[in-house]
Parts: sequence; structure tokens; C-alpha cells
Amino acid sequence: MDTDLSSQDRKDLDKFIKFFALKTVQVIVQARLGEKICTRSSSSPTGSDWFNLAIKDIPEVTHEAKKALAGQLPAVGRSMCVEISLKTSEGDSMELEIWCLEMNEKCDKEIKVSYTVYNRLSLLLKSLLAITRVTPAYRLSRKQGHEYVILYRIYFGEVQLSGLGEGFQTVRVGTVGTPVGTITLSCAYRINLAFMSTRQFERTPPIMGIIIDHFVDRPYPSSSPMHPCNYRAGEDNGAVYPSVEDSQEVCTTSFSTSPPSQCVFTVTKAHFQTPPPVVTDTLKVPVMGLAFSHQLSSSRLSYQPAALGVGSADMGYPVLFAGGLNAAHPHQLIGPGKEGGVPPVPSQPAHGTQADQERMCTPLDGVHYSAATPSSSEDTETVSNSSEGKCGSPHDLLETIFIRKVGAFVNKPINQVNPPDSPETESPLQGSLHSEGSSGSSAGNTHDDFVMIDFKPAFSKDDILPMDLGTFYREFQNPPQLSSLSIDIGAQSMAEDLDSLPEKLAVHEKNVKEFDAFVETLQ
Amino acid sequence: MGLCPSTSSGPRSRAAAMNCRAEVLEVSVEGRQVEEAMLAVLHTVLLHRSTGKFHYKKEGTYSIGTVGTQDVDCDFIDFAYVRVSSEELDRALRKAVGEFKPPPCRPQDALRSSGSDGMGQISLEFYQKKKSRWPFSDECIPWELWTIKVNVVNLANEQERQICREKVGEKLCEKIINIVEVMNRHEYLPKMPTQSEVDNVFDTSLKDVQPYLYKISYQITDTLGTSVTTTMRRLIKDTLAL
Repeated sequence: MDTDLSSQDRKDLDKFIKFFALKTVQVIVQARLGEKICTRSSSSPTGSDWFNLAIKDIPEVTHEAKKALAGQLPAVGRSMCVEISLKTSEGDSMELEIWCLEMNEKCDKEIKVSYTVYNRLSLLLKSLLAITRVTPAYRLSRKQGHEYVILYRIYFGEVQLSGLGEGFQTVRVGTVGTPVGTITLSCAYRINLAFMSTRQFERTPPIMGIIIDHFVDRPYPSSSPMHPCNYRAGEDNGAVYPSVEDSQEVCTTSFSTSPPSQCVFTVTKAHFQTPPPVVTDTLKVPVMGLAFSHQLSSSRLSYQPAALGVGSADMGYPVLFAGGLNAAHPHQLIGPGKEGGVPPVPSQPAHGTQADQERMCTPLDGVHYSAATPSSSEDTETVSNSSEGKCGSPHDLLETIFIRKVGAFVNKPINQVNPPDSPETESPLQGSLHSEGSSGSSAGNTHDDFVMIDFKPAFSKDDILPMDLGTFYREFQNPPQLSSLSIDIGAQSMAEDLDSLPEKLAVHEKNVKEFDAFVETLQ
Repeated sequence: MGLCPSTSSGPRSRAAAMNCRAEVLEVSVEGRQVEEAMLAVLHTVLLHRSTGKFHYKKEGTYSIGTVGTQDVDCDFIDFAYVRVSSEELDRALRKAVGEFKPPPCRPQDALRSSGSDGMGQISLEFYQKKKSRWPFSDECIPWELWTIKVNVVNLANEQERQICREKVGEKLCEKIINIVEVMNRHEYLPKMPTQSEVDNVFDTSLKDVQPYLYKISYQITDTLGTSVTTTMRRLIKDTLAL
């Protein structure tokens, strides 16, 4: 019964629910970016901070969410779902979590919309912030980049939990009752990650990467494209999104401490462009940003760098994605390094057919090939293997996502479409990057032309200790265990402890009167 | 943090008498994980119990500032949590948790003394102040009490430590879920105060966020039962601080 709700309250409530849904999606996707998120508190209220929380809006994500909602709001039987899945460099994918924003019929007529509901939605968002760090997918997403990536998909309608495997668990983030129904936010997450253990990732040899960042629709009914959970700031100057149909709504809230009937609540609409997303501080600029960003930005038409991710927090190397392959062009992706590069392909034919279904991420103007050095022994598995295998059915159009191997990219960018900066700039990075490379075997191969020099580290002087770095390192590589941690001292047996207890208790009992007297003096 | 005279009865019995909500969480950690585990739980609770700064305007209306958040990775636990972006609040909590670990120069009651496992608990209490007439001092009425019981274990080798890292991380995940469950019950919260009353409900001393009035107290026992000493010390400190 909506008759009890004033029209102003109803409008406000709809607006709250809508922006709550958008903010929910932002929180979830940002929590799976693989980055630490940091936003600032501000004592002065700003108009755009819905629910009094500083949650940045990534335009691409907002756009996807709005597209999925298509002007509707979550209602009974129509839930908004964010699906988080994992995709390996070999193309295997697995759903990890489904976050559901649902509405049920249980109404709370007495609740005050503009005050209580608003504050409870704010509390629910805080709970969501906390819970998104607690599910297993968070840790996986923090380690994404090299062997796998995390993708998200937003859909609206019925919740589909079948992809989570058996025995998935559910955690309820919270509920908020409103006069039109109860909003419930929950997460169903897979626990059967056994075959996706990290160890397996380490064994998987990384394949040569191809930079194709356009995505094709999954041919599922009511499906939406999968998007990578990664983000790079500052590259989107040319970004052009289809204009958001409604202007950015500004929320300026005033609350009143007087009786509810005098509650003042204003929501004003302000027309302003969604500012370019600035995910500050915590985003690591890729180490190889020099040549790499140059190459990408020059080729990018109007593109928000959804495809460029900052993966491992340690290394900051970019992760690039290849989107779908058109079945008609399976060979375009063959680009093993040993063949010395592949001619670039002109504008993706696939793009034309898929352009309508594309989200705003317009593709690059060509397929980029980066040839690995011939000496990199890891780049043996060519893209063609996976691509041909997967191009068989349209079902797999989206399945071919390739991860750039760090080593491959660093060594020889020469064969790429756009002239990169001098490759020499990359070699100093080589050592540091390879030190964390997957198997490290490529490191040996590429150092043939190195010359042994006498290394004089600053901290190992001859006059104090006559040893060089190597000796020092070898000598102190296996230090003895700390004495405080050694078994003899650390593991007094329980029996000894118990034996000494009676004596100690006796001592304390003797002093009980003193303690009591002391307490008395305090009172 | 508000200063209230400590009464002879412990906070829990006072809470029960005042009909305030009490939640207890238990964790078993290794010595060097104590601080991070405590901070994780306290920050998660305070995230839910902090709002933006209130700005009162005429006619009794007020607007609320914005609360920022940030991710914190633990060094000794495989765990990450979200806290309010407020350096002042973080410092206050770190100071309180820092006192929870007795300094190493007092090995006889250190939580991490070798050869014995220690137990302790830290309490986070949210309260409201009720002004009393002179000469009576203000009354502190708790409305929510979180007690975290800590059981400190000693581990013998690095392998056990590694397992402990993961296990404690998983346990903390469960604790966060528990905390969120409690928060989600939408039980009693103090009424939003007028401008003159705001200091009785919120801690307005921070410049960027505004948590509800809270205080943190702790108690340490080791297997030898020296809790009396610590409680005495704390009582003296509190009394003198007034």
C-alpha cells in the first residue's frame, strides 16, 4: 500500500534505493580491483557524497549498473546482482561470488524515509565495505594480474546461483526495512576453490599476451558483458561515454533534531559532467608506464582504460585483456615471439558486429601484438592454441582473455603496432621484474650479454669486514634460530608450569589482605 | 573519549544493570598478532559507529559530513580490514591497544611471557552522558558494550606461525561477519541530539569524523592470576586523571 507514503517520501525513497544500488555496485567492484582503496573524510558535507560516505564513482561501473537497471529499481523478484568471477590466463573461468540486492514484500510503514531509512542505508554500505574484504574472493583479487584476473558482471532479474558450485556459502550483509519493502543485501560465495589453488597458478606457464581489449557479449539470455575489475586513472581524457540519461543528482541532506514532522530534506539536481574518475593514492602506476602507456594512449580512440589493470601490488605491472575473438578470424591472434611479430590487424572486424552490444569501452584501433623475446623460454605456448580451441563455438567468444606475461612485454616491444619508446628504457626494469617472474627461467636466457663487474655495495666495506656482498650473503643466508624462539626455552612443559602454580598461588594468597586493604583505601 | 569515574563494579555488570547491549568476541592469537587483531575489530565496530561531523544550522537542522574509508593490511595476519579515514581516531585506538600489551620490561605480567599463555580482554563501550546537578558528576550510561577476549598462544616454530597467520585471518573474517550481524539488527541507537546535547552522545573532539562517545578498557590475566595488579593500576590512573 503506497497510499500511506507521501509522494515526496516516495520520490525520496526511490532515489535512495537507486543511488544505494549504484553505490553498492561501486563498493563491490572497487573491492575487487586488487587495490587498496582510500578515500578521505571531509567534515564539510559535499553534495555528491551519498549516504555520507566517501565512495568514488567509477564512471564505467556506474554506466554498467545503470544499463543493467534500465531505469528500474530492485523489487520483488527483480534483484540486482553483481557477479564476480575469476578467469585464468588459459581461459578457464569460475564464478566466485554473487552479490544480491533484493527487495521483499515485508514493509515497515512506520519508518521515516528521509531519516531512518537513509541512515540505515548508510550503515548497510559500511557493512558492505567491511564484508567485501572478508570473503575469499578479496584475497584472490588482491593477487590478480599475472595468472588470472577478476571480472564483474551486473545483471538485473532473477538471481542465478548455479555457477557457484556445490556447497556455496551465503553471508548476509544486512537489511533495511522501508515502507515499500525490505531491502536485503547478501553475498553467496563459492568455497570450493580447491582446483584453483594458488599452487596451480604457479605451475601454469604464462602464455604470451595479446592486447585486445574489447569485450563481446556472452550469448546467454539476459546476460551482460563481463568486465575486468581493474582500473587505471588518468588515462581517460578522451573517454566518451554515452551521455548519462539523467543528470548527476546531488544529495544535500539536512537533518532535523525536531520532531519528524518537521524534517527537512532536500535533494537537488545539478547538471554537471561526471568528473573523470580519480582513484588516487592507492593506485600504483605501472612500473612500465613509460613506453607502455605511451603506446596505449596513442592508439586509444576514446577509451577508458578498463583493460589496463594494475595487478600485483608488488610489481605494478599492467594486465591486459583480450576480449572476444571473432570466430571468423582465429588466426589473427597467432603471434608467437619466435616468428618475429605479426602484422597488425586493422580495425577489428569483430568490433563492427559487436559494437552495439559493447559497453562504452570502445576498442583500440587494432590488435596489438607484443612478441616475446625468442630467448624467453616461457613464451612457448602461443595464443593460437587457446584461440583456436576456443573459437569453435560462439559460446567461447568471450572466453579468450589473455594475460600479458611480464617478461614478454618488457623485452621486446618493437613489434608492436605503435612505435614504443626506446626499448632500452625497459631493460633496467627487467631485472627487478624478472625477480618476481613466475618461474624465472627466462631471466637466465636474457642475460647472455651481461658483463661481470665488481660490485661494491655501500654497506659492506672492506675495512670493517673483509668480505664482498656475495660472501656476506652466503654466510648469513642461514642464520641460527633466535634463542628466544628455540625449543628449550620456549616450550616449558605444562607440567612444570602446573607444578610451580601452587607456590605462586600461596604467595599471592598471603598478600590478599594487603590487596584488600589497598582497595579499601581507594574507595 | 569521555572520562567517567570508574565504579567498583566492572563494566559488564554495570552494563547488565543498565540493560545495554553486550557482545563478546573471542580470538586466539600469537603475541605479535594481538595489536592487529584488536585494531581490526575495534576499527570495524567504530566504522559502523561513526558518522560525519554534524554542522548545525538554524531551526534545529543539521547536515552531516562525509566519512572516508581505507583498507588496512595486517602484517602478521593474513587479513585486511576497512577503517574510517581518520588519523586521530586511528591514533587513539592504537594508543589504547598499545596499552593493552604491557611493555616488555614487566615480563611477569606480559601477555607474551615465554612459557605461559596469557589471557586478556579489551572492552569497547559506547555510552551516553547524562548531566547531573552539581556536586554530582555526569553519569555515563552505556548502551553498547563490545568485549574482545584474547587468548595469547606461544608458538614454537615458523611453520606453526605460518599456519597461525592463516587461521587467525579466517577467524577474524568470522568476527567481522559477527559484528556486521549485530550492527544489522538496528537495535537501540541514541536519538540524534540537538546542538546543545551533541557532546553527550558523540565524541566531537575529532576534526574529521564523529564517533559515538566510547571508552576502551582492558584487563590482562596470565596463568598466574595477576589481574588484580593491573586493575588496581588502571583504577588509580583513572581516578588521578579526573
